[in-house]
Amino acid sequence: MKVAEKDVLYVAALANLELSQDERQSMLRDLNAILNYVDLLNQLDTAGVTPTLQVAEPIGTEQNHQAVQMREDELYGLRPSLSQDTALANAPASHRSFFLVPQVIERS
Amino acid sequence: MHLNSLTIDQVREALQQGHTTAIRLTESFYARIEVEDAAIGAYLTLSKERALQKAARIDALVSRGEQLPCLAGVPVGIKDVMATRDVRTTAGSKILANYIPPYDSTAVARLEHAGAIVLGKMNCDEFAMGSSNENSAYRPVHNPRDLSRVPGGSSGGSAAAVAAGMAVAALGSDTGGSIRQPAAFCGVVGLMPTYGRVSRYGLIAFASSLDRIGPLAKTVKDAAILLHTIAGRDAMDATSADLPVPDYVAELDKPVAGLRLGIPREYFADGLDGEVRVAVEAAIEKLGSLGCEIVPISLPHTEYAIPTYYLVATAEASSNLARYDGVRYGYRASGVQSLSEMYERTRDAGFGPEVKRRIMLGTYALSAGYYQAYYLKAQRVRTLLARDFDQAFQKVDVIVTPTSPTPAFKLSEKTTDPLAMYLADVYTVTADLVGIPGISVPCGETTQGLPVGLQILGRHFDEGTILHLAHQYEKNRAHGA
Repeated sequence: MKVAEKDVLYVAALANLELSQDERQSMLRDLNAILNYVDLLNQLDTAGVTPTLQVAEPIGTEQNHQAVQMREDELYGLRPSLSQDTALANAPASHRSFFLVPQVIERS
Repeated sequence: MHLNSLTIDQVREALQQGHTTAIRLTESFYARIEVEDAAIGAYLTLSKERALQKAARIDALVSRGEQLPCLAGVPVGIKDVMATRDVRTTAGSKILANYIPPYDSTAVARLEHAGAIVLGKMNCDEFAMGSSNENSAYRPVHNPRDLSRVPGGSSGGSAAAVAAGMAVAALGSDTGGSIRQPAAFCGVVGLMPTYGRVSRYGLIAFASSLDRIGPLAKTVKDAAILLHTIAGRDAMDATSADLPVPDYVAELDKPVAGLRLGIPREYFADGLDGEVRVAVEAAIEKLGSLGCEIVPISLPHTEYAIPTYYLVATAEASSNLARYDGVRYGYRASGVQSLSEMYERTRDAGFGPEVKRRIMLGTYALSAGYYQAYYLKAQRVRTLLARDFDQAFQKVDVIVTPTSPTPAFKLSEKTTDPLAMYLADVYTVTADLVGIPGISVPCGETTQGLPVGLQILGRHFDEGTILHLAHQYEKNRAHGA
């Protein structure tokens, strides 16, 4: 087994997921099945192979070299942005010009 | 007017000659949706007010005798992962059930600027994660060709609507095959452009190094017109390429004789359905008879594409989906005492099982101690996959394969086994990983009447060649294949 229940709990906490007892069990089963499957990649020797993190970077074709360019490092001026009202319109809770969230700092 | 077979050119002609008006046409599509969509489930939200306003503007152009833009009055559907201003956009997820975007995605804005009428938002797998549309948090989509079967995914609603005549065309998104596979399952054309060809501004992010927007349509020509409309540099998307957009339609009728077609043996190995094989081999033969040179090739790392994909895509998804925290938009769990409890309970109730599974896998692959072994390993193998294609494209101009190993499968057939579902993408994911364009074009049916898709993959930014070849195939197949 690649992962145990404690690993599932650890990863769930990293991902801000609570997961019910049932979900933990199915996650344990599915993650192990998938991780066993992706072990296939270890058949390949990738020492010295550069990772392809982003295909917009040149990957060998002439055309691709010019595909994505950085813009000049200049301020274009203040671009129009959303009004405060619009930006808050989808918020589950807001107060004046702020997003409202539950208490962050615990009182002792 | 036959809504089932209506194409972009026919809409223009009908409007120009006064056979119909944009408003009448829009209303007749809504009437059809009203009747047909209860059984299919392609639409999640209709944007009637916006559609009829746009249609009225087109009719005003017609009545003033002005030149019509290229998509004038063309009713389209938009996969619900693209932001539409003032029209609910859910990504197929409960967590965005009430999200009303304050802006339009660039692809949608460009379609409307060219005169298209947005009928509504199309059902899809939650956050575009799925191959059958069964991961929609709202309802599954049924394949119009056989209601007991899936339409494919994740752009299942887009493909089903086009196939059922509930939209002339639609936009979808492709991260692992999500445009091409549903196009194949529903018997329509689906085009995934090169990474960077089409702006993704306003596309709800799943895996940022893979996600692409592209059209689903009834004909290759319509797909070419749509790509031409939405392609090109956009200052709002730093990954959009600053390259000229060719006139794809003008190139459709060039002869195909002399084109070199690579046939990768790994795509015709075990697991390929017998009837799909027969249909695809017949299509390749047809292309040979048109003067194309058929070249057997090998893409030796093919079997590593799915495991690579499920590490890269989930890692990126776990990061992208961190934004759904119940603070600025979307669902928030009620009755919580602290911020961390709000995050956890919001995400737990807001996301469906497949999305959670992928967030978990991606978080694990990126976590301390596993990053090298999983995430970076997959990105290194991705380089090997890219080299396969670079080497192949030195010998051939395009690569021709089946789009999917099987025709549309039954609803619930694969829902209990995530790995079996992932393998439905075995012929499509590699093009996503290496950034090249691909198209699926219908190439016949099984004895049960299920459509089969032919996939044509091209070099980076060479959509022109794959569209041109697909168009010539479509045309010659129609003339007595």
